[in-house]
Amino acid sequence: MNLLQESTRRHFFQNCGVGLGSLALNRMLQQEAVAGYRPAIDPANPMDLRQPPHPAKAKNVIFLFMAGAPSQLDLFSDKPKLREFHGQAPPKSLMEGKRFAFLKGTETLLASERKFGRYGQCGMSLSEMLPHHRKIVDEVTWLQGMTTDVFNHGPAKLFMNTGFQAPGRPSMGSWATYGLGSASRDLPGFVVLQSGPRGPRAGSTLWSSGFLPTSFQGVPFRGKGDPILYLKSPEGISRKREREFYDTVGKLNEARLDETGDPEIMTRINSYEMAYRMQSSAPELMDLSSESKKTFESYGCEPGDSSFASNCLQARRLVERGVRFVQLYHTNWDSHGGPGENLNDDFEKVCRDVDQASAALVLDLKERGMLDDTLVIWGGEFGRTPMGEVRKTVGRDHHVDAFTMWMAGGGTKAGYIHGETDELGFGVVDGKVHVHDLHATILHLLGFDHEQLTYRFQGRDFRLTDVHGHVVKEILA
Amino acid sequence: MDRRNSQKFRLYPVQSGTVPCTLLGCTLYNGPGKSGGVPVGGALLSFLLVATLFAQSVVGEESGKIRFNRDIRPILSDNCYYCHGPDEKTQEADLRIDTFEGATRDLGGYAAIVPGKPEESELYLRITDHDDLMPPPKSKKTLSKEEIALVEKWIEEGAEYEPHWSFMPIDPGELPKVENRDWPGNLIDNYILSQLEEHGVAPSPPADRATLIRRLYIDLLGLLPSPEEVDKFVSDESPDAYDTLVDSLLANSHYGERWGRHWLDQARYADSNGYSIDSLREMWPYRDWVIEALNRDMPFDQFTIEQLAGDLLPKPTKMQQIATGFHRNTLINQEGGSDKEQFRVEAAIDRVATTGAVWLGLTVGCAQCHTHKFDPITHREFFELYAFFNSTSDQNNPGKTLEVRRGEVFGKPVKVDSESQSDTSIGKLKATWEAKQIQTVKQELAKGELKMGWTALRADSVKTSSLSEVETLPGNSYLIKPGYGGQDSISIQAKSDLEQIGGVRLRVLPHKSLPKNGPGTAGNGNFVLSAFEVKIGGKPVKVKAAFADQEQSGYPVLGAIHKEGKGWAINAGPSGLPMNTAHEAVFVFGEPIKTGGKAIEITLRHDVNANYLIGHFAVDVTEVSPREPTEALQKFLAALEKPESKRAKLEKTLIKDRFEATEPRAKLSKKPADRNVGRMMVMQQLSTPRDTYLLTRGDFTRPDKELGKLHPGGLSHVAPFLPAKAGQNRLDLAKWLIDPQNPLTPRVTMNRVWMRYFGRGLVETEEDFGTQGSLPSHPELLDWLGATFIEKGWSMKAMHRLIVTSATYRQSSHTRADLSELDPWNYWLARQNRSRVDAEIVRDAALCASGLFTDEIGGPGVYPPQPDGVYAFTQSRKNWNTSKNADRYRRAMYTVFFRSAPYPLFTTFDAPDFSSVCTRRVKSNTPLQALNIANDPVFIELAQALALRIVKEAPDSQTAQIHRGFNICLSRNPTQLEQEVLLNYIKTQEAAYQQELESAKSLSSSALLAELDNPAKAASLVSFARVLFNLDNFITRE
Repeated sequence: MNLLQESTRRHFFQNCGVGLGSLALNRMLQQEAVAGYRPAIDPANPMDLRQPPHPAKAKNVIFLFMAGAPSQLDLFSDKPKLREFHGQAPPKSLMEGKRFAFLKGTETLLASERKFGRYGQCGMSLSEMLPHHRKIVDEVTWLQGMTTDVFNHGPAKLFMNTGFQAPGRPSMGSWATYGLGSASRDLPGFVVLQSGPRGPRAGSTLWSSGFLPTSFQGVPFRGKGDPILYLKSPEGISRKREREFYDTVGKLNEARLDETGDPEIMTRINSYEMAYRMQSSAPELMDLSSESKKTFESYGCEPGDSSFASNCLQARRLVERGVRFVQLYHTNWDSHGGPGENLNDDFEKVCRDVDQASAALVLDLKERGMLDDTLVIWGGEFGRTPMGEVRKTVGRDHHVDAFTMWMAGGGTKAGYIHGETDELGFGVVDGKVHVHDLHATILHLLGFDHEQLTYRFQGRDFRLTDVHGHVVKEILA
Repeated sequence: MDRRNSQKFRLYPVQSGTVPCTLLGCTLYNGPGKSGGVPVGGALLSFLLVATLFAQSVVGEESGKIRFNRDIRPILSDNCYYCHGPDEKTQEADLRIDTFEGATRDLGGYAAIVPGKPEESELYLRITDHDDLMPPPKSKKTLSKEEIALVEKWIEEGAEYEPHWSFMPIDPGELPKVENRDWPGNLIDNYILSQLEEHGVAPSPPADRATLIRRLYIDLLGLLPSPEEVDKFVSDESPDAYDTLVDSLLANSHYGERWGRHWLDQARYADSNGYSIDSLREMWPYRDWVIEALNRDMPFDQFTIEQLAGDLLPKPTKMQQIATGFHRNTLINQEGGSDKEQFRVEAAIDRVATTGAVWLGLTVGCAQCHTHKFDPITHREFFELYAFFNSTSDQNNPGKTLEVRRGEVFGKPVKVDSESQSDTSIGKLKATWEAKQIQTVKQELAKGELKMGWTALRADSVKTSSLSEVETLPGNSYLIKPGYGGQDSISIQAKSDLEQIGGVRLRVLPHKSLPKNGPGTAGNGNFVLSAFEVKIGGKPVKVKAAFADQEQSGYPVLGAIHKEGKGWAINAGPSGLPMNTAHEAVFVFGEPIKTGGKAIEITLRHDVNANYLIGHFAVDVTEVSPREPTEALQKFLAALEKPESKRAKLEKTLIKDRFEATEPRAKLSKKPADRNVGRMMVMQQLSTPRDTYLLTRGDFTRPDKELGKLHPGGLSHVAPFLPAKAGQNRLDLAKWLIDPQNPLTPRVTMNRVWMRYFGRGLVETEEDFGTQGSLPSHPELLDWLGATFIEKGWSMKAMHRLIVTSATYRQSSHTRADLSELDPWNYWLARQNRSRVDAEIVRDAALCASGLFTDEIGGPGVYPPQPDGVYAFTQSRKNWNTSKNADRYRRAMYTVFFRSAPYPLFTTFDAPDFSSVCTRRVKSNTPLQALNIANDPVFIELAQALALRIVKEAPDSQTAQIHRGFNICLSRNPTQLEQEVLLNYIKTQEAAYQQELESAKSLSSSALLAELDNPAKAASLVSFARVLFNLDNFITRE
């Protein structure tokens, strides 16, 4: 904190009658008072570090969001029965009451064309599409029994992020920074990176802070150009001129604070200081010259290529700098079979886009000793059907009843397979993990009881898990 | 209501009506107030109150009798209603204690409450029984000793229930007496002052005049006053100077924009459809209607009726139909495969939730899936409300639209020449095209009729991309069997005995296996052939012309051979032929091609619509170049030769379709020509209403048929009772909402108006007047405002005038040491509140200051400059053609709003994304905001303009320039300190830029350089202007 702020802050507390003692008391009162856990937020520093109420395993989260929903049946779930019954109508009993986005009911079962093998000590089955994942099979908890409620992309992505299928609720990253603040002084606590041919459906609502204060919203760094909008000073303004500018604005704002006594001006002063710091910290973040050639090779990226791999590397750098929650979106997993989204070369391309870097990220974090307290999550908004969907080519439709995700580090088991689907991959027969359960588990790893971390809005205590969710104890290390 | 009591409870301005609860620290409001979220002072206040006030209130020495609404309901609602409240589904032990009847019901020899006898009341026994405690420990809820004492005393006194306060009739009571008779400016002030006097607190002095005029300009217009306007007001010595100013601002048409913007938040107005595709829509005439209605001070009851049910009024005017755009602002999901019914239901549910939030201030939406846990809204009642909205014609699509001209709602429609549409370039383009067509057609006709012999093309193979089974029928036609769908294409491989081929005829044929016996697979038998391609010997053949016996409007066969067109379809063509019969299209090669036994490959594509495929067809070939039948050519020629105004509708379509299918530039030049006409979506009632069922868990696939059909009806707890009845429609709903007996609409509406002026409503949870919402800080004032609103004929302007002329409103917003102890969150209103302006005003204020502001109201949205890459995050890239000239400097509210990728300034400054109703914006304070104002090229451009304005208006000295800059931006003079800091800054900058002349030049505009001829000076002034924009004061209404 610079001197200006120090004096301002002192001024504020002394002259405006809110003693530090009562502030502290306040917090105590608040923490004890509520039935749930609602962290006290210092308006001047909403991202102040906060200890979670329970011991935490994970400090930071990197969520690799596979937008469009990858086909678990062509990546993780080897189904010999599908090969046996390929081309036949699916059993009626499995189809009753099911709803699909596009299928018309005449489709037949589709075997994967991909070769599968079993890898690692846990014996995880992986298709040839993910050769690099073989290196991390024993670092990862495999969630083979994921389920969700929603089968259209936008709503399902919202559901995976906020626990609710319409916009308006806070996303996971907002809940995490609301609960914990962020260790980064110079960067936002919740950062979003994006790659692939287009943006994820539902856009900014996916990282919205909903009804939480907007300080907790995800900040979308851009893939190209300035990572943060309007980061660059106008032409003709050097760093020195900029410092003079911020000093002048600060002094005048301080004068106004003296005049009016409005504490919001103190927040404004802090915001401007953070803005100035971000002007240096963000380019430093984006400057990859300190990374070794080996690192680039292991991720499979080149500086400035705006790839998913670059973003993975960036995610590690963000977490290194204390950023609490990093979310990466990579699009084009929507393998219906139409042009640009077939299960052949389009699918192969998107697998290539993410396979190497996803594995490299886990291994890199491990090598740096960061995996213990960094939780990596990999997956999409739902899965894909065991039946083929006929478009230009044969692909697969959306499937909500069974799909695969994985988690690594942050207090999860290494090399553990949780859950199982039936022989055709229609439903989960064991170890079902609903999206709400996933949320409950993530919050647990971060040191929260998901039923307790609440925010009161419109007269109700809201939670990430709504009124659902169970911690998946089996996957805790 | 006992006056002393009610005043007592007004002391506790906290959430959930949890007066005693908060005192004891059970519930604290973490509402979305200031940036930090948790209003620290709330807890502080409670702490202070614990120390100073608790004893008086709870033990009731002074307050006397325990009151249900004030003392007991919060305890029961928070701790007991979840299991023993109105929702039967979660009710346990078949017991509800939210009503007197439920609580005193005989449970078999005992009852939850025996009035007068706590020791015989099971409720009291259980909350004190540590072995069998209520609430159960696993609920993690506990009652404090004091709460238990309150419950005991209440039962002792007879356990009287009261209806929830907001459902009780409006009752302003008697006007409170005040000691300081000089202070009140109008009756509002009596309510405020009487409470202040009770606390022994004096109101704040009025703000100085300069602050007042800036406050009024921002609150009423959303703009800055000019320094001249400020001077005039400050020096106006007439006693009614302030009232005159207020009147002039209320008459200013920017008032409609400012208050329209608040209303548009609630209407969730945006310029795009939402969800993932999020393409543009044209709802701006509705936005303009709101502005105009407010400017004309349309009474709020009429304002309500026209927006909710304008289409159902007898002989609705066009304006009344435009008003119904209110509920057409719901989202439309254009994602492929979306279930139309699902998203129609979503939209109807949103209309219920929005109506509930806007007029009733109730979280009605909670009852979508189950009976409301806390408020008296049953699951069934939700769907009775829903029934009002369940019979509109839109179905996740535009539905009924109206063409509205720019300016039309203001009574000044722009002239739109229906033919040239004001864009001469397209007119010219079309004229040239038509002249060429006449020539071509005449040449064709001159060749005379051609008798063509067709030879069936027998295919070696016919394949679809999905490899569906294809059956060859007698007569060499091909029928594609099930399994075929999506956007499959068909590929035909053949050889022909003909020596050469000049053209191909595609016959599409009906078949009983296809929907409606059509040739196509669409539900109605139609298809869209998006492309027709031929290869001979592997080489693509140029197809120069095509004609068909039947062409659907907008889908001429030419579209199948030109990439500009959508393709060929056959519904309702000008030929008058039925759709589902045999039709044919002929494709003419550039010149006949020698076959020489080479393979012929024909591909039929269907890339436009999913499942609009040709299902049954045959193909013939001919050696000559086919010619369009003379009759058709003559018809076309006749149409072409008529002047545009004389052409029949079908002729216009024919020409337009062919023009657009073949002229690549036709579409490009079409868009701007249309901009002055908005095709806006409006409400339309189905002639036969849909049946409404309760949807189990809100799921549209699970109508509760056992319960039977539901009829439209109101909420039973909101007076006057509007029972569910067949035949009621939205007009009945609207009338119910504005019935003077309905206490919620006026309370909720006035509370929100108050919130805009003071940063917080008298009921803080302005969106929740239910039992979980906060109690009003000044209940009698709220009721007085509500009653006065109705009395003044629902005039919004009258209420604005009342509020802004009150002494309460005119107070200074400076904090006060005495108040920061007693009332740090300013619930008592012993001062005004400072608050950051809304996102739009951040831009508008800079526009005003720069002098570049384009003073124009309404019309289609505009595109101010924004950085590249805003759409890197959206599914489909948006077309952002940056506006030029005056449109570049329009008010922020006219900036085109894409729900999936809003203009960055809006998001950064907390504008919602308008996916659903927004009754209150949060106010954040983030570093991204700093970066936005400091570095956005838009703000730099405006800072350059401001610098130029300052130089021109104060050429003499830097001191004068500082004054001028302050006058323009902050409507006041700088203090000595501010003056010094800035003078020092400007001098430092000027000196530094003397050494960096190139930098100085790049920071300055050419106009400024031309004016000053001194780059360092220019740069120092731009820097100064930039500082002004970045002051907290600049974006704050004080």
